[in-house]
Amino acid sequence: SNPFEVKVNRQKFDILGRKTKNDVGLPGVSRSKAIKKRNQTLLKEYKEREKTNVFKDKRFGEYNTKITPEEKMIRRFTLERQQNYGKKNIYNLNEDEELTHYGQSLAEIEKLNDIVDSDSDTEERGTLSAELTAAHFGGGGGLLRKKVSSEQQDEEEEKPKSRKELIEEMIAKSKQEKQERQTRRENALELTEKLDKDWKEIQTLIARKTPKSERKDKEVEKPKPDEYDMIVRELGFEMKAKPSERLKTEEELAKEEQARLQKLEADRLRRMRGIDEEANKKRPNHMSADDLADGFILDKDDRLLLCYKDGKINIENEEEKEEEGEEEEDEEGEEEDNENEEESQEESASEDEEDDAADGHSDLESDHESEGEAAENKEEKKHKAKENESQNVEKLDPKREAAKSELPYTFAVPESYETFKSLLAGRTIEQQLIILERIQKCNHPSLAVGNKAKLEKLFGFLLEYIGELATLDLPELRTIDKLVLPLYNLCQMFPEAASDSIRFILRDAAHDLEEVIEVKGRATFPGLDMLIYLKIVSLLFPTSDFWHPVVTPAFTYMSQLLTKCRVTTLQDVIKGLFICCLFLEYVSLSRRFVPELINFLLGVLHISLPKSQAQGYTVVHPFTPVGKNLELLLVCDKEDLKSWEKQNVPLSIVTRLKETSKTEINHTRLSCLALCFDLIKKGAVLYESLPSFHEIMHPVRILLTQHIPVNEYPEKMQEWYHSALKELENKVKHYTPLICEKKKPVPLKQYTPKIVKVLEFGRKQAGSKKEQERKQLIQRHKRELKGAIREIRKDNQYLARMQLSEIMERDAARKRKVKELLGSLATQEGEWKAMKRKKWKN
Amino acid sequence: MAREAALAACLEAVLGSRSSANRVFELLEPLAGQEEPEDIVSAARTCSRLFGALLERRELFVGLLPEQDASLGESYSAQDKYRIWMRHRYGDCVRCLGELMGHDAFQVKELALCTLMKFVELEAQYPLIKIEWKGTLTFPCDLLKVVVDGLLPTTEDASLLISRFQEYLEYDDVRYFVMKAVTASIGQVMQKTKERPLPFYQQNVFSLISPINMPNKESEMVRFMVKQDNREELKFSKLQAHKQVFEKMWLTFLKHKLPPGLYKKVLVILHDSVLPYMNEPTLMMDFLTVAYGIGGAISLLALNGLFILMHQHNLEYPDFYKKLYSLLDPSIYHVKYRARFFHLTDLFLSSSHLPAYLVAAFIKRLARLALTAPPEALLMILPFICNLFRRHPACRVLLHRPAGPADMSEDPYVMEEEEPSESRALQSSLWEVQSLQNHYHPDVAKAAAVLSQTLSEMEDDISGLLELSASELFDREVKKKAVDVPLEFEQVRGLFGKKNDIFAEHFSLD
Repeated sequence: SNPFEVKVNRQKFDILGRKTKNDVGLPGVSRSKAIKKRNQTLLKEYKEREKTNVFKDKRFGEYNTKITPEEKMIRRFTLERQQNYGKKNIYNLNEDEELTHYGQSLAEIEKLNDIVDSDSDTEERGTLSAELTAAHFGGGGGLLRKKVSSEQQDEEEEKPKSRKELIEEMIAKSKQEKQERQTRRENALELTEKLDKDWKEIQTLIARKTPKSERKDKEVEKPKPDEYDMIVRELGFEMKAKPSERLKTEEELAKEEQARLQKLEADRLRRMRGIDEEANKKRPNHMSADDLADGFILDKDDRLLLCYKDGKINIENEEEKEEEGEEEEDEEGEEEDNENEEESQEESASEDEEDDAADGHSDLESDHESEGEAAENKEEKKHKAKENESQNVEKLDPKREAAKSELPYTFAVPESYETFKSLLAGRTIEQQLIILERIQKCNHPSLAVGNKAKLEKLFGFLLEYIGELATLDLPELRTIDKLVLPLYNLCQMFPEAASDSIRFILRDAAHDLEEVIEVKGRATFPGLDMLIYLKIVSLLFPTSDFWHPVVTPAFTYMSQLLTKCRVTTLQDVIKGLFICCLFLEYVSLSRRFVPELINFLLGVLHISLPKSQAQGYTVVHPFTPVGKNLELLLVCDKEDLKSWEKQNVPLSIVTRLKETSKTEINHTRLSCLALCFDLIKKGAVLYESLPSFHEIMHPVRILLTQHIPVNEYPEKMQEWYHSALKELENKVKHYTPLICEKKKPVPLKQYTPKIVKVLEFGRKQAGSKKEQERKQLIQRHKRELKGAIREIRKDNQYLARMQLSEIMERDAARKRKVKELLGSLATQEGEWKAMKRKKWKN
Repeated sequence: MAREAALAACLEAVLGSRSSANRVFELLEPLAGQEEPEDIVSAARTCSRLFGALLERRELFVGLLPEQDASLGESYSAQDKYRIWMRHRYGDCVRCLGELMGHDAFQVKELALCTLMKFVELEAQYPLIKIEWKGTLTFPCDLLKVVVDGLLPTTEDASLLISRFQEYLEYDDVRYFVMKAVTASIGQVMQKTKERPLPFYQQNVFSLISPINMPNKESEMVRFMVKQDNREELKFSKLQAHKQVFEKMWLTFLKHKLPPGLYKKVLVILHDSVLPYMNEPTLMMDFLTVAYGIGGAISLLALNGLFILMHQHNLEYPDFYKKLYSLLDPSIYHVKYRARFFHLTDLFLSSSHLPAYLVAAFIKRLARLALTAPPEALLMILPFICNLFRRHPACRVLLHRPAGPADMSEDPYVMEEEEPSESRALQSSLWEVQSLQNHYHPDVAKAAAVLSQTLSEMEDDISGLLELSASELFDREVKKKAVDVPLEFEQVRGLFGKKNDIFAEHFSLD
């Protein structure tokens, strides 16, 4: 274009790799473009600013981009025909429609049809083919024609394909390719497997028979190997037979165990503080106490404490299994060896085959040996473990033998809870345990594919079973006590499934609670099963973690129980105290602060007092300072007070409504009170390090010192009381003013350039992704704003120009008209004067 | 069935000829209330039809009704005598129906109510009051009074019947006269009891008047039961008059001592559906001030009404903040109205012109009380305290006191002091928050840990946290997905088999 119309934006520095868009500008062109655009839009709007009627384009499909022009034409045509169809001139009876094709009458075309065809045929026959012309005469018209025709074809073919279709096609193609690749890979794998198998078949031949036969041949062919070489090789082989690790002494074992425990404890502490949760995700695997920590993994989980005593068949079973395991391992070893051999073959292609073969064989043998040793170790270990276990079991139950002979040795994992229950129903505790253990052994995840899911289910069943045992009229707590062991083992095997099922139980319980609150407005404590579940949580999971998928919901649930549930009976008090114990146990390591615990203990103390006491403290929900359900723990009977002995509260009280004597009830009350004192003491020990320990314990202390009638209590109770009070009182009050953590000082701005790594040109890398996004947005907004302002300004200028030109036009018109008028007036005047003059003359 | 047929025949006869007018008594007899509910219902239906027809035919005496005995002797025409007599029967019927509204069966009650309201409608259309001049009020106020009295029994809860009555309160004129009638009724009934609360009666009144839906604009008042031409001139078509009656009714109701449960209910709706429709909201001042002084939950609730009065009607409340300060006790984190209270407290403490000692006292007290709060309240109060620190940077000494005395043997803050200025809060530090950093709930611990760092400039939005409930908190926890589940490494030995197990000391597995 005209160089005078080009404006070049000079660049200060040339930067490699940067693409610039705006190095050359065409101000004239862009201005005229802008003006044209404004003429079409703004000017139009401006001119129509006071007009209300609008122009409607009712042509069919004019703005519909979905239909092609041809279709549009066809539709229009049909519409037109339809409109005209009914409006025929009624007087014109024999009006014939003339059919047309491309505007020509079909009738005429029909007439000329043959002639035209033959014409064209001959013409075509006479012309040279396009290729020919292209080849001989350099294309020219022919090439052009071809191009055109091919383009047309393309258009015809590709017109219907929209962008979406194209993309879909592409996806389909890539999928197909992927599939092909996969099948190819599978084929290759199959082939290699087949080759391996073949090789295995042949290998024995090579290892044992061929070498001898070959050796002879080769001996003939080749000279005897050097003696030196032989020795060297032998030495080399000897090196491979490494000594197995020696057995560790007791001390070493103890040391290792200690180290392991220390590591686990350190892990626990880290989780408790809640730091770098993300950083260290590795789960500490369970390791048995006998673990040598030498990376040797048993393919079989036999960490159960309890085992069978007279187990000839069992031991055989075990051995069989072990043998199987060995075989498997052997095979694996062989495979490895094969690989080794292949490698060595490649390396020493020049070496003679005999040596090669010998090589492989001796390798194998030595490996066999080491395997054998390992297996022996394992067996020994197992025997030891088994002996220990059997000793344990012997102590546990003498009359097991009789019962045992009735139990089958293999069990399938029950598919439903009902079958599971029927399996355990009517058995003694020991038998139940054995059954559970056998189920686990028979269906170990390493034995079959589906076993993992089955055993995971077993955990849920076991939990449910425990819950059911706990809700019985006479809860079988002893059984539960034992069943916790298999539960623990299963949990160690499948932590995720275990946590899921426990969380499920917790969620159900919480929802029940919520519903009850919504319906009745108050909640009641749950049954013994929930309490047991909560206790089990503390056995299975570490409760000191800062956050734990099971323990944290359990905490929240317990907190709800202590704050929402009404305390109306002695059972409620016991349940509440049980939950308090749970809280204390949960936080015993982490020493976390539980306000609900202190509140509840305060409330329990409150209800042990007679009504209308002078107050210096406030009890909070669910306890009320006045009203019903007070004096639940109040004991007035002197006799009962005297005869009370501290005894453990049986948990069965919680479910069984007791019809026992008043004395017993009073004794239970006193036991609860003693428990409460003890809990206060333990809580005080736990929280003594909190800076506001005294504020937290203030109400409890007031209650203890001012309201509790100590002297009326029996001596034992006074002991509990004093030990609790001692813990509260002998803490020093110590406050240091708080100081905020120091903020990192903002560094002064310096002149040294900030160096940012440039990974991609034209993009700033600093900051996180979010920050970058924000910056980008801000920048874009700024740019848009600037652009909009500029546009508006230009619009205004344009409009002002238009208005000015309008005014000028109007003014010019006015001037012209005035001139005209004046001119006509002047001529009139002139004429009149002329007339006058004439008259004068006359 | 036979009974109904007999009633129908009777109705036919009475409507058919005046000679059999005496059979009216057959219809009225079952209404005395001794019969089976079904009989009463059918009798009431028949009566409604009979007197409806008579009203439409204008066969009842119009104007001031003379005594029945007097009318017989005097110089009335036979026609008038009949009409006077019939009007008396109508009166009997209305009285009976009014009594039936206290019947045991709800079916009967409901029908009595509907019949009476039908009479109200008909009487409004064919007034029994002589129109002497154009502005005469033709609405049957006396009849409506009977209905209202029936709706407000003193011995039982009639909320079901009252909820049935709500549809009539949509009519602007009915509402107007009901409000008047209620005012009169309260005056009568409470006069007798001499300041002793009547729980049922007051409960009934409350359930009648609390759902009253006042119009916002005069143009909205278009539904009238009586179609009178001169409506515009009448009083009950003016919004001002409505408001006046409304206000009078509420003031009369609240003048008397309320039972505590009702007190709370009144306060809950007061700011929303009462105060905006009063001509003079400041008249509620006394009631609210008294409620605010009661303490506990009632005070918390009165706060809302007081806030409106102070904010929009220039109420000056001396020592307001002192009172607010004394409202803070351990129960505020546990009560139902927690969200509401803290929303308002946030509003009150949002002024930047409050002295630092006052805000510091509030912070310290809230933090102290937080030591007994459940986690859901803690999650709300900790950002709340953060916001207070942001608004009042002078209070930050509570968090950061680098030049203070190294050791103190006592917290300088005096919790028992009623006066915020005397509580020495500014000399203290927020050790409570430091304790809460050890809270068992991870979110609470995190929220508390925020305070020991330098606060950001932006205020936290606590509106979403105000309504947080314990179950929501639980759901949030339970739904969190864990990547892996850490396990206890200590081998179990039984349910209570841990080392130093607390349970083993106190519980046995029997």
